[in-house]
Amino acid sequence: MWRDAALVAGKDLRIELRSKVALNQVVPFAVVVVILFGLAIGQAAPPAGAASGGALANATVLRAAGAGLFWVAVLLSTVLAVQRSFAVESADGARDGLRLSGLDPAGIFLGKAGATAAELAALEVVLGLAAALVYGIHPAGLAMLAGAGALATVGLAAVGTLYGALSSGTRVRETLLPLLFFPVAAPVLLAATKAFDAAIAGTPAAGTTWLEVLAVFALAYVALGAVAFGPLLEDA
Amino acid sequence: MATALSFRDAVALAGGFPLLAGLTLEVGEGEIVHVRGPNGAGKTSLLRACAGLLPLSSGSAVVLGHDLRVEREGVRRQVGMLGHAGALYDDLSVEENVRFAVRASRGKEGQVAGALGRLGLDGRLARTRVGKLSAGQRRRTALAVLVARRPRLWLLDEPHAGLDELGRLALDGLIVELAAAEATVLLVSHELERAERLADRVVTLAGGRVVAEASGQRAPQPIAPARWSAAEAVGVGSDVA
Repeated sequence: MWRDAALVAGKDLRIELRSKVALNQVVPFAVVVVILFGLAIGQAAPPAGAASGGALANATVLRAAGAGLFWVAVLLSTVLAVQRSFAVESADGARDGLRLSGLDPAGIFLGKAGATAAELAALEVVLGLAAALVYGIHPAGLAMLAGAGALATVGLAAVGTLYGALSSGTRVRETLLPLLFFPVAAPVLLAATKAFDAAIAGTPAAGTTWLEVLAVFALAYVALGAVAFGPLLEDA
Repeated sequence: MATALSFRDAVALAGGFPLLAGLTLEVGEGEIVHVRGPNGAGKTSLLRACAGLLPLSSGSAVVLGHDLRVEREGVRRQVGMLGHAGALYDDLSVEENVRFAVRASRGKEGQVAGALGRLGLDGRLARTRVGKLSAGQRRRTALAVLVARRPRLWLLDEPHAGLDELGRLALDGLIVELAAAEATVLLVSHELERAERLADRVVTLAGGRVVAEASGQRAPQPIAPARWSAAEAVGVGSDVA
């Protein structure tokens, strides 16, 4: 299984390095989303009673909402990354090739999720720098950020790959995937935002519970995906 | 002759529509069977069912000694299918596509070079991305993947499509060589005369079942083994699109 996972992940990452879809499309998309959030909130009407300090108040709101906005941008980008991951299998009937390849379906799932996670991790580094710059965030708890980021990334990649397989065989895959994915990924958005908030506030201990939530989510969806991916690959 | 595949009253449905409607067919090991019939007769469905890609609703199917309904994975490891699409990755090179298939099937690294050489895809072509190849070269790459995997049952759906005449001759030679090596070949082709010359038997499908069987005209000696490397040498089919 692990050997098959490494083979599939290597193949997917090689395809991404060649096609540069993530680099040329997903990363710019995510950065634009972060900037648009900044413009929307930064230019919003100041809260009531803050007539003289409106801009300052908006900057405070932006900093407070920064972690959530960052993870919303990651969530949106995950949909694009997962759609791309399955688009390469849909083109030229490669999906049938995978089914006949002799690869363990659990290995295929882990490989595709692993490659997506690697792409998301790289994206999050770029996006984190952009968010820090645009939102004026200066995080203190780097260990908490790294831990929560890693667990949330694994969880998003696993659930995205699972629902990507489910939707990829349908004619409405482009709209079906977000519809399935966003509600299920909501706990990751919540937990990762809370853990990041704790890290940004310099109180990483306050994020430990959310870290545990992320770990359970990631573990559950990696296990579920490894079991369910085979039947999904056949039926979708 | 041992039996390679045996279908009995096989029924396969898609949205309630019968793709196979009580199909019964037996094919021996090392046999080349040309499957023909009008559009929608069930030719491609038969190939997909043989590969375990199309589940049966009823009836029985034993392929290479495995009951398809319970041992699908056992069948798939020994089956190679060339469909209308080549199941290739455009952003990988010819060699990388073949290597991925070999590693996935736990083959040996030497099988990669052997298959590339056999299909005349070695050298510069091996390093070319599949997305930049002509239709004929893509077809050869898909065939190279199958050659490298060394399946016992070959399911070929219009394999001559996109190939130039020298390429077609070379493919004919490959098919005859496969059968000589005891591989079984199901050949779906609208090139009736060519396929009939290659086949031991001709099976006609209509409405998802076998409606006629006849002997083919397979020559007792292999067809001259034209090679793609020979085609490349005379400058045919060597252009990168």
